[in-house]
Amino acid sequence: MNKNNKLKLVCVGNGMAGMRALEELLKLAPELYEITVFGAEPHPNYNRILLSPVLAGEQTLPEIVLNDLDWYKNHNITLHLGKKITEIDRVKRVVRADDGSEAPYDRLLLATGSNPILLPIPGMKLPGVLTYRDIADTEGMIAAAAQYKNAVVIGGGLLGLEAANGLKLRGMDVTVIHLAEWLMERQLDRTAAGLLQKSLEAKGLKFRLATQTQELIAGESGRVAAVKFRDGSTVAADLVVVAIGIRPNTELAEKAGLHCNRGVVVSDTMQTYDPRIYAVGECANHRGIAYGLVAPLFDMAKVCANHLAQMGIGRYTGSLTSTKLKVTGIDLFSAGNFQGGDGTEDIVLSDPIRGVYKRLVIKDDRLVGSVLYGDTVDGAWYFKLLRDGRKVADIRDKLMFGESNLGDTGHQGQNRAAAMSDDMEVCGCNGVCKGSIVKAIKEKGLFTLDDVRKHTKASSSCGSCTGLVEQILMFTAGGDYSAAPAVKPMCGCTDRTHAETRAAIRDHELLTIPEVMKFLEWRTPNGCASCRPALNYYLISTWPHRAKDDPQSRFINERAHANIQKDSTYSVIPRMWGGVTTADELRRIADVVDKYRIPTVKVTGGQRIDLLGVKKEDLPAVWRDLDMPSGHAYAKALRTVKTCVGAEWCRFGVQDSTKMGQDLERGLWRMYAPHKVKLAVSGCPRNCAESGIKDVGVIGVDSGWEIYVAGNGGIKTEVAQFLVKVKTAEEVLEYSSAFLQLYREEGWYLERTVHYVHRVGLDYVKQRILDDAAGRKALYERLLYALKDEPDPWAERVAGADRAQFQPLQPAASREGATA
Amino acid sequence: MSNWLKICALDDIPRLGSRVLRREGAPDIAVFRTAEDTVFALEDRCPHKGGALSQGIVCGNKVACPLHNWNIALETGCAIAPDEGSTKTFPVKVEAGIVLLALEQPAHV
Repeated sequence: MNKNNKLKLVCVGNGMAGMRALEELLKLAPELYEITVFGAEPHPNYNRILLSPVLAGEQTLPEIVLNDLDWYKNHNITLHLGKKITEIDRVKRVVRADDGSEAPYDRLLLATGSNPILLPIPGMKLPGVLTYRDIADTEGMIAAAAQYKNAVVIGGGLLGLEAANGLKLRGMDVTVIHLAEWLMERQLDRTAAGLLQKSLEAKGLKFRLATQTQELIAGESGRVAAVKFRDGSTVAADLVVVAIGIRPNTELAEKAGLHCNRGVVVSDTMQTYDPRIYAVGECANHRGIAYGLVAPLFDMAKVCANHLAQMGIGRYTGSLTSTKLKVTGIDLFSAGNFQGGDGTEDIVLSDPIRGVYKRLVIKDDRLVGSVLYGDTVDGAWYFKLLRDGRKVADIRDKLMFGESNLGDTGHQGQNRAAAMSDDMEVCGCNGVCKGSIVKAIKEKGLFTLDDVRKHTKASSSCGSCTGLVEQILMFTAGGDYSAAPAVKPMCGCTDRTHAETRAAIRDHELLTIPEVMKFLEWRTPNGCASCRPALNYYLISTWPHRAKDDPQSRFINERAHANIQKDSTYSVIPRMWGGVTTADELRRIADVVDKYRIPTVKVTGGQRIDLLGVKKEDLPAVWRDLDMPSGHAYAKALRTVKTCVGAEWCRFGVQDSTKMGQDLERGLWRMYAPHKVKLAVSGCPRNCAESGIKDVGVIGVDSGWEIYVAGNGGIKTEVAQFLVKVKTAEEVLEYSSAFLQLYREEGWYLERTVHYVHRVGLDYVKQRILDDAAGRKALYERLLYALKDEPDPWAERVAGADRAQFQPLQPAASREGATA
Repeated sequence: MSNWLKICALDDIPRLGSRVLRREGAPDIAVFRTAEDTVFALEDRCPHKGGALSQGIVCGNKVACPLHNWNIALETGCAIAPDEGSTKTFPVKVEAGIVLLALEQPAHV
């Protein structure tokens, strides 16, 4: 497109909201607009939330720049720095700057941010009186700290405390003046605020609470010298920082006649009352709320960019926010409504010696707010519960102790990122240390867990360290780090969630991946390695015998029916029903090992035998010679049913667990699922088959069988929960199958049963499996129907199916074939 | 160019899939076919840890390595940012339904 034909987009405001919107826009429609940006500050876009670490001397100004001047240049953005727009001519569609320069627009984006609120008292204009908002303020404070002794910070909120902490670290004697009775009264309850005050006092800060400032008094030099309070007392001050809050900067919008009400009022599409004009960030008021944190601003930027790109499908529906104080050594987290009120209940843990205080606020069986002090490891989990609005009755007894979004292993038993040194390993899978994560967050300006995963690989493999990485992110990127949005899309190819996608496939009888992608408006032509396997599973599990399996949308293990190893050879695990084998089978296995020179033979944890290092082209012959069924050890499917010896031999056994296990395995094998599924059956409560950490664990007791579900023995050990006790083996099969079918129908791809049950709640599972007998039988029937005639993939391939993938190309033969 | 080697028919490669060409004394070559029937040839080694790209999932003009899910651009052999690295590509074309590949030296068969 000719440059002159492009639409003109002008962005007023060169801060985080505006530039994020432009970044999102450039991703969607890089050529649509000729873009001009006006910024009142003389700097390119920088990370305003990191001003506090700069003030504290922990980071430098160049480190917090988000978009350097080259970024603007590379995207052909005309940048006007140090120019303030003073007028919008909506009729001529032109903006004018204070230096007289003009820029015409087709679309205008207002991202003017907010202004600090000033105190209506004498002396506010004196030299030595600053607010805390931008680089100039920060530089002013740093300069004052080098020269003067006494600082007074007015305002004991987030920003004020961070300013006070920074000035103290720069050697000043700091007193914080706060109007309310406790610090951060909008983020903390009184108890937590008391703990916070104590630890800040230990750092040397002084406080005067419930104190109203009356006047700032000048000294002989004309610079501020003291602060006078309403009670008549004074405090010496060579520097006064006023940080009592921010107010949306709507001056320009109001002058242009746009509707403003504590912010420029915008719709769910981020449009102001003039549809050519959009507003994002702190200057905007959406559904009555003007946000002052970064997470909502990013959500807004996304929606705004979508509409500017003329796609018109995004809606911003508001954000839940959480807060974290950026003062090194203090762990403080709050989210939602933590003050409580009518109809709310509190769960409180208070341990003053350890310096830990946690308060969870519950309303109508849902978590609505939380305050954590001293131990914030579960902040992200609580925040997730809060956003998801999940009922908590079934986990209420454990709620306070947290999920600690952390696995058991791989990070040296650490659960507090703040206590870790930079050289300690956070991600044991990819060998990533805390220092590297912090460095990447700072240098590359990362804000989300996904960003950190992409750039550092930390938490991208087993996910065991996710909780730690989130803590590091919260601490480094700042309090208002961008949490994943409430409804998480399946992947970057779509805005649809797993739940929406599953529902569409079911409700609209979609039968192929292209149909799903078309119907749900996928952005990519054939998806990605993350969504395609999920869609394939959703299709075949929703429409068994109707939807056709697509091998190219399966991960290689499920395509080759063996497990790929690091050297691109494969491992082969034949099925041994209930872990029982015979001399014949063992002989065949031994012969296969010799014949195909298989380098390693290993007994697995699932009571089977693993042949490792098999070449792909040998697989069909290996399967043929083994003459055993596929163990599906490579698949998101039923893996093994582990058993103990049971009543047949064991002197303690009360039930025939081996036979029960074999029956379950024969009933359920070839069952694909959202993730791998492992079962175990023990013949007595000694539980030698370790049924307590399986997706379905069965334990024989004298009078029948107990069934446990949703256990896990991997990344994070989770003890299975008791579902039901039944009398007969047939019932074990029916109840277990019904539970697994429910999981197959409702679980999200790659969600283990433990996470599925955490999400929907055990009460829901009981209601579907125990209370609804007809529903249970129907679930069981549906599973039987899905498994009917499902072939053994190995036998199929031994018989000749799917030959090509196991054979390397033979150019000579093809050449002849081609010319024949 | 005279050393175009006929390696297979286009239909021998599944859509959104690949086949492997073995070479003696040289790394394997993975030959990919996209949804639009474009064909690409890359050394069958991920620049990350040497995973067999031929075994990955093909999406658009990319393949995801089966070992650690690095995405490799089929046209250039380069890893998609933020990952860094590249794998060798080979000229390849389709004529009359036959896939032809150009090697520096003829492949042993």
